[in-house]
Amino acid sequence: MTVASAKSSSPAPAAGARAPRRRKENQERLAFWLLVPASVAVFGVIVYPVVRTLIISFFDVSSALATDTPFVGLRNYAHVLTNPSFWSPMGRTLYFTIVSTALELVFGLVVAGLLNARLKVRWLFRAIVVIPWAVPTIVNAAMWKGILSAQYGALNAFLTQIGVIHEYQAWLGDPMTALNMVILADVWKTTPLVAFFLLAGLNSIPSELYEAAKIDRASWPRIFRSIVLPMLVPSISIVLVLRTIEAFKVFDIIYAMTRGGPVNGTQTIAYYAYVTAFSDQSFGLGSALSIIIVLVILMLTTIYLRLLRRSEMSLL
Amino acid sequence: MNRTSSRWVSSGRAALGLVAGAALALSGCSVTGATTSSGDNEGDGTGTINVLLMKQAGYSETDVADMITQFEKANPDITVEPTFVSYEALHDKIVTSAPAGTYDVVHLDVIWPAEFASKGLITDVTDRFPDEWTTDMLGGALSSAEYQDKYYGVPWGPSTKLFFYNADMVAEVGATPDELKTWDGVLAVAKKIKDAGLVKYPLAWSWSQAEALICDYAQMLGAFGGSFTDADGKLTVDNGPGVEALTWMKKTIDDGLSDPASLTFLEDDTDKSMAAGNTAMEINWESTFRDLSDPSISTIVGKAAVAATPAGPTGDHPGVNGSMALAIGAKSTHQAAAWKFIEYVTGEAVQEQFVTSSMTNWKASYTKPEITKSNPDVFAAAGPAYDSMILRPPVANYNAVSQILQVEIQNALLGKKTPQQAMDDAVAAANGLG
Repeated sequence: MTVASAKSSSPAPAAGARAPRRRKENQERLAFWLLVPASVAVFGVIVYPVVRTLIISFFDVSSALATDTPFVGLRNYAHVLTNPSFWSPMGRTLYFTIVSTALELVFGLVVAGLLNARLKVRWLFRAIVVIPWAVPTIVNAAMWKGILSAQYGALNAFLTQIGVIHEYQAWLGDPMTALNMVILADVWKTTPLVAFFLLAGLNSIPSELYEAAKIDRASWPRIFRSIVLPMLVPSISIVLVLRTIEAFKVFDIIYAMTRGGPVNGTQTIAYYAYVTAFSDQSFGLGSALSIIIVLVILMLTTIYLRLLRRSEMSLL
Repeated sequence: MNRTSSRWVSSGRAALGLVAGAALALSGCSVTGATTSSGDNEGDGTGTINVLLMKQAGYSETDVADMITQFEKANPDITVEPTFVSYEALHDKIVTSAPAGTYDVVHLDVIWPAEFASKGLITDVTDRFPDEWTTDMLGGALSSAEYQDKYYGVPWGPSTKLFFYNADMVAEVGATPDELKTWDGVLAVAKKIKDAGLVKYPLAWSWSQAEALICDYAQMLGAFGGSFTDADGKLTVDNGPGVEALTWMKKTIDDGLSDPASLTFLEDDTDKSMAAGNTAMEINWESTFRDLSDPSISTIVGKAAVAATPAGPTGDHPGVNGSMALAIGAKSTHQAAAWKFIEYVTGEAVQEQFVTSSMTNWKASYTKPEITKSNPDVFAAAGPAYDSMILRPPVANYNAVSQILQVEIQNALLGKKTPQQAMDDAVAAANGLG
């Protein structure tokens, strides 16, 4: 039935129905005004910048104060996508995203299991684990830069003392090693977040399932495979989507630890966009890059959600 | 389509239109939000001015605070609000703050006048710039504020990298300061220090992927008798001195004389390494001598010595021009007050007062014994260095050129490319920029 036909066939509203309708209208008005502050904030810090960025991406803007900005259509996008300098940071970003998210999931699962164990000082353990997540990213980056220092770094001292290496290494001096070290710093900081997401999932597993498994004399690997993992799928789904998005747009830890070096070995796509826009003052190209990043993230998220919806256990 | 969904679609379209319209309206119907300046930006010479400064080599925050106190005492109608950022963040901070006109005065590196002036981010002050300053100030310092025969700021200290060494270590291996006047001599002494086991790597450099790397390369390029560009402004480091300098740099790593960790170092890191006694020799900015002589951060107080940068095979030893200047932001609405501040802190008297932190750009200061004796070692080393300085390419797209060079030089230093291949690639990429 269409809205129009439904309307024409409905009887005139009775007098008694006016009061609920008025109440509903009042509630809608209240909801509208309650949403206004959040809408203004969202418009100011998300919608407006994104739309401005989209607009700028269609122009040739070579200065922060440029008034002469020729319209170039999709030329900025074509330039970015045909430039080899774009694909290297894109590949690096994918590597960063896949490796860091995978490691965070694995370590997060282990930590969540420990946090869920019936220990006497569980509250203390949980409080300690959350500390890395509470440390600001810039502080975390500065701390790891110190730990990885080729001259006085704790990692070099530790590995030398236990005999793993015989001389101090410049951990941030080689492109691939530096990228892995940045991943290490990111994993250290973000694993607690993942662990707490998974802990929430673990807590929601009914204890009856474990008891039934015990009665069936199921081994721990079997319990993990047949009960824990399937029941954790909703939590893993959320973590996977959130961490993929966050990892893909990684910027601050790179800026603070390596500034993209050595030989651009840690330059991710977000950092490349930043350099293009602000260091080179190519705002049109930088904006096009930013929009491409947004589109890739949207694409990845859509794929994830579609895949996960197929899973019966997913709540998404 | 039912009424609900059609309402959503039309609402969505309306919202999108509203957002796009608002975005353009808020930006003043211009893509960047910039408008052609029509109002009076001069101001009445009073009020609060915001100053953006570098937090690194040169004048310390304490020095600047003292200068501001003195200035505000002499100009009670003006209040100065300084903001300090690291050198690595300074350029981008100037760019991002330009549309809002946040800063009335900005700290300018010698490599930026071409970019900022051509893009209209800083104000032409040629009319305010007294003629006699062009002869009373050192030429190298003037470059930091000049673009196409116009002045866009006032020099605030000439600067170059000098050669610092641990005199005790040099003496311990039986070497003399005279042996350090050439780079060949430096390597010979460095080998003795290494063989004696005094330090593992005698030399440390700021070869991180940053502008610091270009400064060190420039110094070596000059020592080998080269320059960055030809008369047409094209990069020419792919032949002769450009490649020889890079080959030399790489060899010092291969020979175990330069610390391989240099590829992760900025100037502060080499400074700290030397202050900790882990490095015997380095090139760094003038204020390094102040740091190495400060017992709160240095373990080699009284052992540090400074000299002009050593000569290369051609006998040349130009220092890289790292002079800085103060400029007025194009969107400043307090330009008269900003100029008063710049005029004051760049003045001869103030620069002489703080000469242990940053050298003065006034020629007359170098003939005043009461000034030179306040920082005799650095004056003796810097005087000859300022006579000949090597400029990095003064082009509007300098940052892009510099980034290309940084990557290719590191490619050679890491052994991923030969110096010749690295420089060939750098020249091809840089000269291919629009």
